[in-house]
Amino acid sequence: MAVGKKEISCPPSAEGTGLSDADISQKNVTYFEDHPNLAYSWTAGQAMSRFLNELKNGKLIATKCEKCRRVIFPPRIYCELCYKPIDDWVYIKDTGVVQTFSISFIDPDAKPLEKPVIVAVITIDGASPNMGIMHIIDEVEPEKVYIGMRVKAVWRPESERKGTITDIKYWKPLEG
Amino acid sequence: MPAVVGVGYYGFNTNTPDMSWKEIMYEAAVRAYEDAGIDPRRDVDSFVTCAEDFYEGFAIFDEFVPDQLGAVVKPTCTVCADFLYGLATAYMQIESGLADIAVVEAHSKASDMKTFGEIIRHAMDPIWLKGVTRAHPYYFAALEMSYYMNKYCISEEAIAEVVVKNKGNAILNESAPYGAKLTVESVLNSPFVFYPMRKIEIAERADGAIVFVVARDEIARKITDSPVWIKGIGWWSETSSYDTRSFEALYAYKAGKMAYKMAGIEVPVKEIDIAEIDDRFAFKELQHIVALQLAGKFEVCELMREGYFSRNGSLPVNVSGGNLGVGNLLEATGAQKSLEVVLQLRREAGRRQIDCELGVAQCWRYIPTASGAVAVFGV
Repeated sequence: MAVGKKEISCPPSAEGTGLSDADISQKNVTYFEDHPNLAYSWTAGQAMSRFLNELKNGKLIATKCEKCRRVIFPPRIYCELCYKPIDDWVYIKDTGVVQTFSISFIDPDAKPLEKPVIVAVITIDGASPNMGIMHIIDEVEPEKVYIGMRVKAVWRPESERKGTITDIKYWKPLEG
Repeated sequence: MPAVVGVGYYGFNTNTPDMSWKEIMYEAAVRAYEDAGIDPRRDVDSFVTCAEDFYEGFAIFDEFVPDQLGAVVKPTCTVCADFLYGLATAYMQIESGLADIAVVEAHSKASDMKTFGEIIRHAMDPIWLKGVTRAHPYYFAALEMSYYMNKYCISEEAIAEVVVKNKGNAILNESAPYGAKLTVESVLNSPFVFYPMRKIEIAERADGAIVFVVARDEIARKITDSPVWIKGIGWWSETSSYDTRSFEALYAYKAGKMAYKMAGIEVPVKEIDIAEIDDRFAFKELQHIVALQLAGKFEVCELMREGYFSRNGSLPVNVSGGNLGVGNLLEATGAQKSLEVVLQLRREAGRRQIDCELGVAQCWRYIPTASGAVAVFGV
């Protein structure tokens, strides 16, 4: 398995013949370049505003549907299965279980990352099964991560929190 | 033929700082299902949403829709076009036997866009048009307006009349944020932003969401006493080459013909009682009235001046306030037009109720397009 591996290759037959930087810079191919200024500012809304503001407090909050009795996380104002408004807000823990994970070696531009990133979906303690968030795991060797591993949130210091999902820096293994 | 059996909407507002786009969809959907008396989890066979990714600000919009519509683990799809194209999709799904009850949704969260001009500009052909100038792309509409006014002797006064009429109509519509009592003189004294177009002739953007429940003939009769039949529907595109277009809304003429033929309408001006028409630039209303065969191209100005298209005129156009009064609802534009026609046909339009049995709703796909769709509704 390629855990921890940095030099990634594939069979020569699959690599093809790419354009070189020179082909582009010398205009051997005809192209038109544009860098559009597309900017958005999304309203977070009822559910996500509360969620983001609670992150500033170092807390995770979920919503509850009394019909199916699920604790819904990330929170929304409706239960998507019962199709009714939610009934309550409940705090859940900042610990959870790795449901699935991947070790990523390259960035969106296909350039190797300095250090592999462990991306994981984490089911949060206190939320209903399969309710959790996708985040990153650190403070652990990539080869030691496993499905079912218990993890805990590592928060930014309160003064640095901005009400964004990165107020949690990462999740680390929970010993014991 | 399929019928509209439930409508719901949320809005319309200049801004919606308290609700996300998902939440306004939910609010509109809950109202539509209540209106139709159905449970989406049990009764709906197909959900069609209408959205353009660049308006939303993220890709693959269709993945984001099931939860708030009650469509989890159900057939859903997104049409990258105005609501009326989605209505046509639902119509076809029902007529083909794939669905008995289908839901169509469209919304605008225009207030989430910080660089609207740049986003519209991004719809231009990147090689051929985009690099020419960085001026705000509303000039596309002004170019068309200039051609249209010159060719058909359209007066500035007639265009000002459209603004006065629609913003005036909007005062009676509690859901319209841009109502105003104006005079032709005050419009003509207002400043130009894209000569020959004045700022006041441009519909401001608005937020809102609209959901329709559409059902097969026999089911529609069962679940409601007031079905509104979709008698005809059509859509049409000219060409993407801006410089070889008709500049005369040929797309609306052809889409209208397609819908009228389906509805068995031979002389639209005699048969249509109410029209809700795309007026996101005031001159577009005159152009679209002619394209939909509701007036002759050389008589439309005179008719507008006489009040023929007023709320109490012979053929009321944009009783809701139109886009000038309600706002530019982006891909929900055709939805707001259809909503007004349905409410009027159901006699639920309150203070702005007019006497009508057959109505037409029309949308254009906005600049820089020459595409649009038309639906004919009847009771």
